[in-house]
Amino acid sequence: MRRGIAATALVATLALAATACGGDTKDDGGTNAGGELSGTVTWWDTSNDAEKASFQKIAEAFTAKHPKVTVKYVNVPYGDAQNKVKNAFSSGSDAPDVIRADVGWVADFASLGYLDEVPAETAKKVDAEFLPQAAASGKYEGKTYAVPQVIDTLGLFYNKKMLADAGVQPPKTLEELKSTAAAIKAKSGKAGLYLRGDDSYWFLPLIYGEGGDLVDAKNKTVTVDNAAGVKAFKTARDLVTSGAAVTNATDGYTNMQTAFKSGEAAMMINGPWAVADTYAGDQFKDKANLGVAAVPAGSVKAGAPQGGHDLGVYAGSKNRAAAHAFVEYMTSQEVQVQSAKDLSLLPTRTAAYEQPDVKGSEMVQFFKPAVDKAVERAWIPENGSLFEPLKVEYTKAITGASSPEDAAKTAGVEFRKILKGWK
Amino acid sequence: MAAHTSQSVAKAAGDDVENDAAARGLSRRTDSKAPGGTKGGLGRALATHWYAWTMIAPVVLVLGVIIGWPLVRGIYLSLTDANERNVSRTIGARHIEATYEFVGLDNYAAVLSDPVFLQRLVWTVVWTVACVSITFTLGLVLANMLNRDFRGRAAYRMALILPWAVPGFVSVFAWRFLFNRDNGILNKILDGGGIAAIPWLDDPTWAKFSVVAVNVWLGVPFMMVALLGGLQSIPGELYEAAEMDGASAWQRFRHITLPGLRAVSMTVILLSTIWTFNMFPVIFLLTRGGPGDSTEILVTQAFREAFVASPRDFAGSATWGVLILALLMIFALVYRRSLRKQGEVW
Repeated sequence: MRRGIAATALVATLALAATACGGDTKDDGGTNAGGELSGTVTWWDTSNDAEKASFQKIAEAFTAKHPKVTVKYVNVPYGDAQNKVKNAFSSGSDAPDVIRADVGWVADFASLGYLDEVPAETAKKVDAEFLPQAAASGKYEGKTYAVPQVIDTLGLFYNKKMLADAGVQPPKTLEELKSTAAAIKAKSGKAGLYLRGDDSYWFLPLIYGEGGDLVDAKNKTVTVDNAAGVKAFKTARDLVTSGAAVTNATDGYTNMQTAFKSGEAAMMINGPWAVADTYAGDQFKDKANLGVAAVPAGSVKAGAPQGGHDLGVYAGSKNRAAAHAFVEYMTSQEVQVQSAKDLSLLPTRTAAYEQPDVKGSEMVQFFKPAVDKAVERAWIPENGSLFEPLKVEYTKAITGASSPEDAAKTAGVEFRKILKGWK
Repeated sequence: MAAHTSQSVAKAAGDDVENDAAARGLSRRTDSKAPGGTKGGLGRALATHWYAWTMIAPVVLVLGVIIGWPLVRGIYLSLTDANERNVSRTIGARHIEATYEFVGLDNYAAVLSDPVFLQRLVWTVVWTVACVSITFTLGLVLANMLNRDFRGRAAYRMALILPWAVPGFVSVFAWRFLFNRDNGILNKILDGGGIAAIPWLDDPTWAKFSVVAVNVWLGVPFMMVALLGGLQSIPGELYEAAEMDGASAWQRFRHITLPGLRAVSMTVILLSTIWTFNMFPVIFLLTRGGPGDSTEILVTQAFREAFVASPRDFAGSATWGVLILALLMIFALVYRRSLRKQGEVW
């Protein structure tokens, strides 16, 4: 009995590792060459609660163009998606045909052989008709594996009324942010900035602001622990200790949205994906109350990361022809304009920005120049895995559990474990 | 001795009940007549015990498939450099062959020389000791309170067992909402009482407190039910006799209840220790090991190794798994030995 339990406990751990190696699903990978497309395309979408209804409707409308194709829409929460997709892809069972992948995951999935190369014709179109920085995110070793669906970056969201009441302008630098926050606190007793402390993506503007970056892919060097990196960790800690920002080490996104929507915090750093949800808040019944500015600059510059989502087709999909057609449809100008209009998401096609619906969107008007200036990340397979160890150190630094110097140093050590052979 | 017993069982099982005694007699006679025998040891054992072997074969088979194979496979993986990039996999029509290599004990050397292992081990031990001791004490107190006659006893017992019936992840998520610093009900209540919000899951020390509290909450019903069963097996006459002799309540508890519960409590403590040591869901769902890595235990670390970084490090994770098993086996052996010294046999 006793040994049985001990062994079972271990087996649970080991079986996880073992079963992941035994993918043995067989399929012919056949495509419906020529003729009409048919079959089922399963799409795993990672969009948030405010966005998913709109995307489901758009996706299912694919049937109008291809009556014999059924679209099976599945919403996978973004937080679990990378793991879920990998589990499905590596075992081959119940794998989706099309996935919406964060731009940081594409190189990873492609390097593992999970993604089908985009047909040459489509790839050419991606190069010619899409924003170059968006197109870059779908490539791995010179080949195109995914088509960009939306592009985004971080900006400073602010509650116009709260700032006006306190008689301050949206801050342009972190120094200004501190005085702005103090004025808001004095006037309303509410927090100035809500800064996520549980996700290292929110750390990127701070490190870019000091002129640093996580890694230098060209020279295969880890840079998170250099002087700029240390400064960034110090800045994060300082924002909290100085009282300019409130933060949380758990459930940060929900808490941030709740605080901002209800007027408990006057500013937050977030991306276009949050706009639809933010408009639903009490404070933003009048949409005009929501203002967006560039992320506050550090001592060197203002820099926000380039993000977004690409659509990729599973290399083992049984219905690749239909899947690629679906990706083309979902990234078409028509669909992009629709989601810009409904959800304030930024198109990846250059020409879409000429459309009146896109031009007329205040959020797009703001975010487009921001995206043009956004810092492109290193599109390396390990891109996504860097965030986990960084999150641990960022949280420790921001909550004071470890010093900024130690946090930067440990992040560097962990990064070099992931990026074997890097300086 | 063993041979005699199994032989008689095997033969008896094959014969009618009336022949049982005769068969036993026969076997004894045969043995005494021809000690040693002519066949080889193994052959003879197979021939005489074939029935027993056939009976246990399905058990051996099932254990071999569901426990033995993954175990062996896991140990093997921990001696290689297998990861997501070099294991064999089939993607559609394409089959990729495995290219990982045998690396001996390199993984173990790497894990054991990393200070992270010691940090995780220390917290895992603290976490286990804290959870088990609090759960056991609470369970014992509650079991004693419930072990008397009063109206609605069954209803009370049901209510206390309820947390056990709720799926673990549901309770943990519920707790996560309660603990939320800005919008959680616990802080709302404190706020009503004029007490500043407590960073339940945001401060390393409070987070440790919180995970232990949730695990205790989840573990008490089991302890209580098990100990209640133990209490009911202690004969009432012992208490009556002690009372006649003028023993105080504490003396009765100390000299009758505790020794009477010995067999049950030793078992539940062992089980609870092993469960808590490997309690993945509470930690993972409540704090994801955070804030930072302050509540990360060995199993959540093993998960991190395998499923968070890319490429997923199967060999590294298997290494952690084998080390966890080794630790628990050492613990179980030491525990059993110490019990044996005290005269408990099981």
